[in-house]
Amino acid sequence: MSNAAPNAPAPTAPPPVEKIRIKVDGREIEVPKTMPDWQGRPQPTTMLQACHLAGNEVPHYCYHEKLPVAGNCRMCLVEFGTPMMDPATRKPVLEADGSPRIARSVLPYEPQTPRGAIACATPISPGMELYPSSPATRQMREAVLESLLVNHPLDCPICDQAGECKLQEYSVEHGSGTSRFVEAKVHKPKAVDLGPRIVLDDERCILCTRCVRFTKDIAGDDALGIVNRGSYNTIATFPGRPFDNNYTLNTVDLCPVGALTSKDFRFKMRVWFLKETRSVCTSCATGCNITIGSREDTIHRYEPRGNDAVNGPWMCDQGRLNYRWIGRSDRLRDVLANGAKTTWKAAVDAVAARLAAAPSGSVAIVASARQTTEELHLIKKLADRLGAPTDSVPREGEADRLLVNADRNPNTNGARLTGISFTEAGIRLPGIADGIRAGTIRSLVVFGEDVTQHGIGADLLARLELLVASDILPNATTAAAHYVLPGCAHAEKRGTFVNAKGRVQRFLKAVEPKGDARPEAEFLRELLAGTGAGEVPATAEGLFNAMAREVPAFAGLEWAALGDAGVNVPV
Amino acid sequence: MAFSVPAGLEAELEALVARYPQKRSASLMFLHALQEHFGFVSNEAVEWTAARLGLQPINVLELVTFYPMFRQEKLGRTQVKVCRTLSCALAGASELRAQFCTRLGLDAGRHGPQTTPDGKFTVEFVECLADCGNAPVVMVNDDLIGKCSGADCDRVIAKGQ
Repeated sequence: MSNAAPNAPAPTAPPPVEKIRIKVDGREIEVPKTMPDWQGRPQPTTMLQACHLAGNEVPHYCYHEKLPVAGNCRMCLVEFGTPMMDPATRKPVLEADGSPRIARSVLPYEPQTPRGAIACATPISPGMELYPSSPATRQMREAVLESLLVNHPLDCPICDQAGECKLQEYSVEHGSGTSRFVEAKVHKPKAVDLGPRIVLDDERCILCTRCVRFTKDIAGDDALGIVNRGSYNTIATFPGRPFDNNYTLNTVDLCPVGALTSKDFRFKMRVWFLKETRSVCTSCATGCNITIGSREDTIHRYEPRGNDAVNGPWMCDQGRLNYRWIGRSDRLRDVLANGAKTTWKAAVDAVAARLAAAPSGSVAIVASARQTTEELHLIKKLADRLGAPTDSVPREGEADRLLVNADRNPNTNGARLTGISFTEAGIRLPGIADGIRAGTIRSLVVFGEDVTQHGIGADLLARLELLVASDILPNATTAAAHYVLPGCAHAEKRGTFVNAKGRVQRFLKAVEPKGDARPEAEFLRELLAGTGAGEVPATAEGLFNAMAREVPAFAGLEWAALGDAGVNVPV
Repeated sequence: MAFSVPAGLEAELEALVARYPQKRSASLMFLHALQEHFGFVSNEAVEWTAARLGLQPINVLELVTFYPMFRQEKLGRTQVKVCRTLSCALAGASELRAQFCTRLGLDAGRHGPQTTPDGKFTVEFVECLADCGNAPVVMVNDDLIGKCSGADCDRVIAKGQ
């Protein structure tokens, strides 16, 4: 395994799938007979999947590729035809030109009326013809959409979903400019408090049951259901049992309309003002792929970004809501030398000079497994130059059965592969503490951790001749430091993390750093030059590519080739 | 008062579960029995049923709220069910129900069953009572009143007071 090239195909490739020929909008196409269902198991290919392969997206609300098929919204109705069979001879009926005669689907009691099939749940068969663009299909979609909007409040101007709402999107394609509905709309509960993070507007709900299926079949918490009947149907929890698992906010993403809303995001920002940046969640070693929604350097939300190799389309609530610290008002903004504000040049020059003058073995470095792999690599280079022992700080929690990893650091494997920490992170920390106590270690450089919480107490810090702390938020270590170098959150820089399974994933910059804070790689580069360790590239791409050439674990990788989904390395 | 099911009823229901290939299939039988005993299906009864059938309470609540014959509140001593299916609707079921509501101080404009504050009457619309030839038809507890008139309405109210 260790010799395998990154991203090499799995040794046991699945057997080739039989193909069948069908026609989509008159164009012949060959599609696999079976395709993965919501759990990845091969099932007969559906009309919806076949249309997708033919480049025709069938509109749908209740269907979701990662949820069991329910077939209740009817939006995906498609007119179709099947080859005619002579009942007597059981042979295909042919046209004069020898092509098979196609029987269009019609209502049995009304043969002049086309009959659609729900594309999400109807398997295709050889010779079948699908007409997703036919007038009859259009008419069916228009009728379904009109019915779905009958009791809908049409309160788009104040709806959080506006701008990313499937009702709006399909209304553009299949909707009517005017309403024919003159009766009174059915009123249902508004602003229902479903749980600590979710608010439900039952009037906007189209009863697709995506949320019900997700929470039962994916999150494993059968908490939601549909109560009452007919027009009074409403999504509900059992009274006194709030909807409160660690995955509830995924139902807000899944909800194709504005019924389920996040308390955290509700009425905060119109979605079309948000800049979307591809990033990675930092709350544990799973490294769920996320999209950061920001406006004018303020982060407003995290949303999961689909990656079947990591998180599928989901993420946990805890990780999703863990972004406010980036905008905290007490962020470290200033470069400090002995508590006084100074410039980057003065501080970096002074630190570099002190470190360069320190005898080999008298410096130790504590890095953080929350840092980027590139930063950790640069820190390792600095440590090698100074003969300094290094380690990172372990951060353990409870794992769950879906996404949450027990390792709460996003880049433990990055720290390991770059050589910052040993197989088990943190086992060198007591040695560093002993070194300080014994007086052999007289300078300490700390990145992104409060070492007073990890065995190097304030009493030991007080013995140091030089304490340099780079961090994002203030803590006891930065308070004790001779030099404070303000750093950046992942959302303020570019870089990579290596997740628990060895997937190297890159993240991009969403917002500007606060105050004088700079990406750590920038001043590490200056420290390396200042201590005589040599020049390193200035960009995230250049740093990654240089690291891939120097660190065996990343051999052959390139920043550009990581793509949006990342690449696996052996760990 | 804490919710408790008499031992005899519980044993009867436990025996019932064995008659179905899946436990959950016994849900409706449980609910019927509990409603017969308590007069209505409380949330406690729903939780009790769910716990015994390996379900979540929301699954059982879906059933209870789907079927109109399951009651979630204690009903009045006299239950007035006014049929509103076609024949009765044409024969004045709406006016008849409105008359019951007005006489009893209930809101004729409200959806669903309504019970007087003194707990004596419940008035509601129901679907076909299968006596269309005698429309409008009203069922008062277990008695059917065909060709129900204003005078019948008065009589029912007088008797239930």
